[in-house]
Amino acid sequence: MKRNQLVLGNKTLKQITEDIVQPVETFPSGGWLGLFLSAKMLFLFYIITIGIVVTTGMGLLGVNSPVGWGTMIVTFVFWIGIGHAGTLISAVLFLFRQKWRTSVARTAEAMTVFAVMTAGIFPLIHTGRPWLDFWLIPYPNQRGPLWVNFRSPLLWDVFAVSTYATVSIVFWYIGLVPDFATIRDRAKNKIRKTVYGALSLGWRGTAKHWSHYEMLYLLLAALSTPLVLSVHTIVSFDFAVSNLPGWHTTIFPPYFVAGAIFSGFGMVITLMTLVRMGFPQFKDYVTIDHMEVMNKIIMATGLMVGYAYAAEFFIAWYSGNTYERYAFINRALGPYAWSYWIMISCNVIIPQLFWFKKLRRSIPVMFVVSIFVNIGMWFERFVITVTSLHRDFLPASWGNYAWSFYDTAILAGSFGMFLTLFLLYLRLFPAISIAEVKPVRHVGYDGGHHG
Amino acid sequence: MLDTTGVIMANQQGIAGIFSSEESVLAATRKVREQGFQKFEVLSPYPIHGMEEAAGIKRSWLPWVTFVAAFVGLSSGLALTYWTSVVSWPINIGGKPMFSLPAFIPIIFELTILFAALSTVGALFVVCGLPKVNPPIIDPDLTCSKFCIFVPSNDRGFDEAKVESLLKSLGAETKKAVF
Repeated sequence: MKRNQLVLGNKTLKQITEDIVQPVETFPSGGWLGLFLSAKMLFLFYIITIGIVVTTGMGLLGVNSPVGWGTMIVTFVFWIGIGHAGTLISAVLFLFRQKWRTSVARTAEAMTVFAVMTAGIFPLIHTGRPWLDFWLIPYPNQRGPLWVNFRSPLLWDVFAVSTYATVSIVFWYIGLVPDFATIRDRAKNKIRKTVYGALSLGWRGTAKHWSHYEMLYLLLAALSTPLVLSVHTIVSFDFAVSNLPGWHTTIFPPYFVAGAIFSGFGMVITLMTLVRMGFPQFKDYVTIDHMEVMNKIIMATGLMVGYAYAAEFFIAWYSGNTYERYAFINRALGPYAWSYWIMISCNVIIPQLFWFKKLRRSIPVMFVVSIFVNIGMWFERFVITVTSLHRDFLPASWGNYAWSFYDTAILAGSFGMFLTLFLLYLRLFPAISIAEVKPVRHVGYDGGHHG
Repeated sequence: MLDTTGVIMANQQGIAGIFSSEESVLAATRKVREQGFQKFEVLSPYPIHGMEEAAGIKRSWLPWVTFVAAFVGLSSGLALTYWTSVVSWPINIGGKPMFSLPAFIPIIFELTILFAALSTVGALFVVCGLPKVNPPIIDPDLTCSKFCIFVPSNDRGFDEAKVESLLKSLGAETKKAVF
């Protein structure tokens, strides 16, 4: 079977290096500066908002009885989910020997790292007294010693998210080391040579080192694969282990993982369309074929998520449990029906456009669809969290979520943090893995010996 | 120069042959090895398929580190959850047994992965001598578009003229270098 070219333009090794390193070595364009300043302003606004919430109290947000989990938890799950696509691309597709992943992996992984960093802040603030967050860590203390409750899913989350963050950062950094060495050796500027020289750890790329390096990469991929599945499984346990109708379901772990990959690929497409616009030379590396493959994954995982929505409804009816049935009827027809139908339209209906080859290869179409996927997946978590809590067993204790200005500010501000980090990354780190793209440059060319 | 432990190390003198293609350096590596050289280094901007076999590099032993570290992580996770929940301060939570293993599995699993991943990375640092401060750069293009075979002067049967003519005959540009 003839394979499509992974790198267009029959590039030489030097051209590949120059194309990828260009954003690091040149002064940023006006477009980037504009985006960066806006993102940074939003980030500053976010920091101030967090400062006000922390000093005044969680009551500024809409959380109250009965809806005790709100924007913080919803947005935490949203950002953690985004991260999953990066690990899927960098680790799972690596194990499956998917060569197309090479040119997307670096940026997707950067997205993972920044998304997890953004996500990690929410539960820490949601504790209400973030200055006592170190109590989450089991360390010998003078309170007994009183230990953390290892039977609580919330504590599992502490371990899952911190391990995930650590391993993702290490995996990402190890991938960057040879590319930092490339920048170091090209650097004419003394400061750049020193900074990237330190970052490269003195890497020189001897055959023995590469041999160990490739083994390490394989091992980290193999360790990250169960890790990424465990993270969203454990996040779903936060809900599923409770007894609340709408949360207490066994479908949650696979449903959450599929949703996470779905939302993550949505974000990868959003970012990649913008990166391709900002750095036109990347179009030769992240080709329309790459984008199409990712759109297929969006469609497939979108269908899985759609199946999970349907299965939940079926089981709610089939269980014969009045509370469970009511929870789901209330989702679709109750006071939060609008959010449920936003979720269904964005996650199940709109991605169906990708059945048509023309649409899944069109940049404007995929950009718009990916934005809808992002919106839809935020609303999925909103639906799960808020609609289940606001009407449970006792009608006397029903209530609504009192959405406040601070909810909006926290949600919007988190994008400021993510985009600030991401924009800095695009300028400071090689956004495509130079050392990984070079070996696949012959794929799809006649006489290519690496086919 | 200083190595990782801060000890003064003498840079290794030798002859470097610079190649401009992956195929030529791979073929040349085989020849250099056939000539009986053992301490030579091959430098490339990316891992070359088949280089391990050509240069006679043994399979990396990093998986053993991963295995042992994973086992240590698993045992630590088990010990931590058991000791804190059963020995140090047993608390009845929801009538569950003090040693509620199913509930401890997520913790044990995460610690297994964490120990395995970080130790394997640590092992790479040790085996590759990273971080290395100011490593001698034979040619700045070796992390971009060129390839190199470096034969150190302390290798068995090293003779400057012979090594130079061997590398030249294999299509390299040669120069004196330190590694």
